[in-house]
Amino acid sequence: MRIKLTGMLAGIGLALSSGTSVFAQELTIFWAEWDPANYLQELVNEYTAETGVTVRVETTPWADFQTKAFAEFNAHGDAYDMVVGDSQWLGAGSEGGHYVDLTEFFEEHKIAETFVPATVSAYAEYPKASGKYWAVPTEGDANGWAYRKDWFEDPEEMAAFKEKYGYDLDVPKDYQQLRDIAEFFHRPDEGRYGIALYTDNSYDGLIMGVEQTIFTYGGELGDYESFKVQDITNSPENVEALEMYRELYQFTPPNWGKVFFLENNQAITEGLAAMSMNYFAFFPALANPATNPNADATGYFVNPPGPTGAQHAALGGQGLSIVSYSQNQEEAFKFLEWFIQEDVQKKWAELGGYTCHAAVLESEEFRNATPFNEAFYQSMQIVKDFWAVPEYAELLTQMNNRVYPYVVGGDGTAKDALDGLAADWEETFTRYGRLN
Amino acid sequence: MTDVERNRVVTTVALERLDPRSRAAARGWSDLTIRNMFIIPTIVFLIVFNIFPLLYSLGYSFTDFRASVSAPANFVGLDNYQRLLSDPNIWRNFTVTAKYVIVSVGGQMIVGFGVALLLNRSFPFKGFVTTLLLLPMMMSMAVVGLFWKLLYDPSWGIINYALGLGRFDWLSNPDMALYAVAITDIWMWSPFVMLLSLAGLSAVPKHLYEAAAIDRASNWYTFTHITLPLVSPLLLIALIFRTMEAFKSFDLPFIMSGQPTTEVVAIRLYKMAFQEWQTGLSCALAYIMLIVVIAITNIYVKYLNRVKER
Repeated sequence: MRIKLTGMLAGIGLALSSGTSVFAQELTIFWAEWDPANYLQELVNEYTAETGVTVRVETTPWADFQTKAFAEFNAHGDAYDMVVGDSQWLGAGSEGGHYVDLTEFFEEHKIAETFVPATVSAYAEYPKASGKYWAVPTEGDANGWAYRKDWFEDPEEMAAFKEKYGYDLDVPKDYQQLRDIAEFFHRPDEGRYGIALYTDNSYDGLIMGVEQTIFTYGGELGDYESFKVQDITNSPENVEALEMYRELYQFTPPNWGKVFFLENNQAITEGLAAMSMNYFAFFPALANPATNPNADATGYFVNPPGPTGAQHAALGGQGLSIVSYSQNQEEAFKFLEWFIQEDVQKKWAELGGYTCHAAVLESEEFRNATPFNEAFYQSMQIVKDFWAVPEYAELLTQMNNRVYPYVVGGDGTAKDALDGLAADWEETFTRYGRLN
Repeated sequence: MTDVERNRVVTTVALERLDPRSRAAARGWSDLTIRNMFIIPTIVFLIVFNIFPLLYSLGYSFTDFRASVSAPANFVGLDNYQRLLSDPNIWRNFTVTAKYVIVSVGGQMIVGFGVALLLNRSFPFKGFVTTLLLLPMMMSMAVVGLFWKLLYDPSWGIINYALGLGRFDWLSNPDMALYAVAITDIWMWSPFVMLLSLAGLSAVPKHLYEAAAIDRASNWYTFTHITLPLVSPLLLIALIFRTMEAFKSFDLPFIMSGQPTTEVVAIRLYKMAFQEWQTGLSCALAYIMLIVVIAITNIYVKYLNRVKER
């Protein structure tokens, strides 16, 4: 009896002293506070039911997300085992040693082949084209458009539009049409406005709207491999794109000088604007009659092509990375193995998550599941992203400082703004030793 | 033992219980020990949470340290300070801050002192009115900022409606945004100036006004030669507090406007430290801010002392 008791105590003692490695029955995923995080919590409850490992999705408001995540990384804290981080964080996460290298995991599970290539490059690979991976594409997202179908399909409006512009009022087929339609519906006296754009310069709001226009006009932010920016950032295509964004801004509702996703959804729910730019992740609220009285009259379209036919959408979304300081890395890898399975990805999509799994994304079932899934599917094929280097936030600030006064305040010219930006970025890349 | 003696004993015991020195003495605590028990925790707290971070950040301000990267900090001498002081964007931030401080604090001093003069007389419900006027400064900055954003709204905001300005854009207009934010700050903090001014006004001896009245001094003469000189020390204290606060302003400009014309130094510092993770550089900027605030405060304090000596 005595030997038995001693043995039991020794066992308990051993288990307790080995801590989390034996009792790694809980994983914490850190993400921003929004609907997809709730969907993920629902999904991971199934993992708990299957394995007994509790997975908790901890969230924080978007405004605080980056600061809180990096404060924890910098302290080498193990509060989070995994983080669903922004695509721009890849550089800082990998070079800073905060993310676990998933390259072997990717090769073993052929993730680069089973997930949409554009999403693998955007959410997982750093440096670009290096074949090194740091995250599993989790929440795909792109910048698209919502529009008022009832305004577009009103026979009187259609006739008036045709008379004024000489072609049928329909979903815009290029940026010139986007501009015409915005102008047509811009009627401040009636409390109706043409278009809702991103203009928030606190972080990446305005930049996402502008870069999408630049890419669509055939421009680039710079050479992502050589870091050359002169004559690329301030190319004629980019100048033309920025001028178009400024022009579109003239057709926004009043006081639209610092708005992001929330206000752009309100532009539709409150019947303010004919068209509204927003990430697809925010469109479920527009398709829901409980949150949008105009839900049935709301349609969705992909960002239209530019003058040269180039068509791109600004990338949103995030990838799931394992935090280097986690005490439960082994368990986290097991979770990722479960998460990347096709049936799990299908379930993720059914719950409302934007899967990046190619087979699920391409399925008719997914594309017809909501009024905006088809546009999302098409957008994910044409996504392009901002710089993902560790100093991306400095680049964002510099771009905001140069572009915002021109777009919102009408200060100077697009050429001046982009020349200044090219000089800023060149100085920054030189300072960080990326450009000689 | 007589009743008197019994009472004396009870009283002595009770006094011993009440007197901490007696208790301390009974336990062997000296006055010095007791004093240290109160002072040392405060000093430790100050050193750990104020002095140490202050000195540590001073060290960082001479390095290229980035908190987001697990790389060691390299000593760069005065590079960070040189870079900041030669950056036109930082000078723009300081110019915006200076403009904001002048407009906002100037407005608060005029409105606050003016309201205090109006309140410095007897009228029905004076206490109630004074309390109502104090309400803005008791509110949260974030709430005030969001609330005034609605008031300024060009479509449905009450300010345009009341002033008949149509769809005038306050916060998206680069030329007006700073003034719009400063007006909000004036609304919020004028009561603070009013409160200090009222304290000063109530302390002015009545006989001075009586003497001025006997000498048939004009109202303006009485105001400039009696009221203002006697209230000025308290007004200067209000000015010091409000200038320091306005110089560090973050909440209102951050919440209300994204205009570069409202990007005060504190906002730039926040972005540099917590969005861009340029830790060393942001420490240097924080020190530049600290030096400026100390310099301004010193000028005010010297002037205050001169006013007191008069």
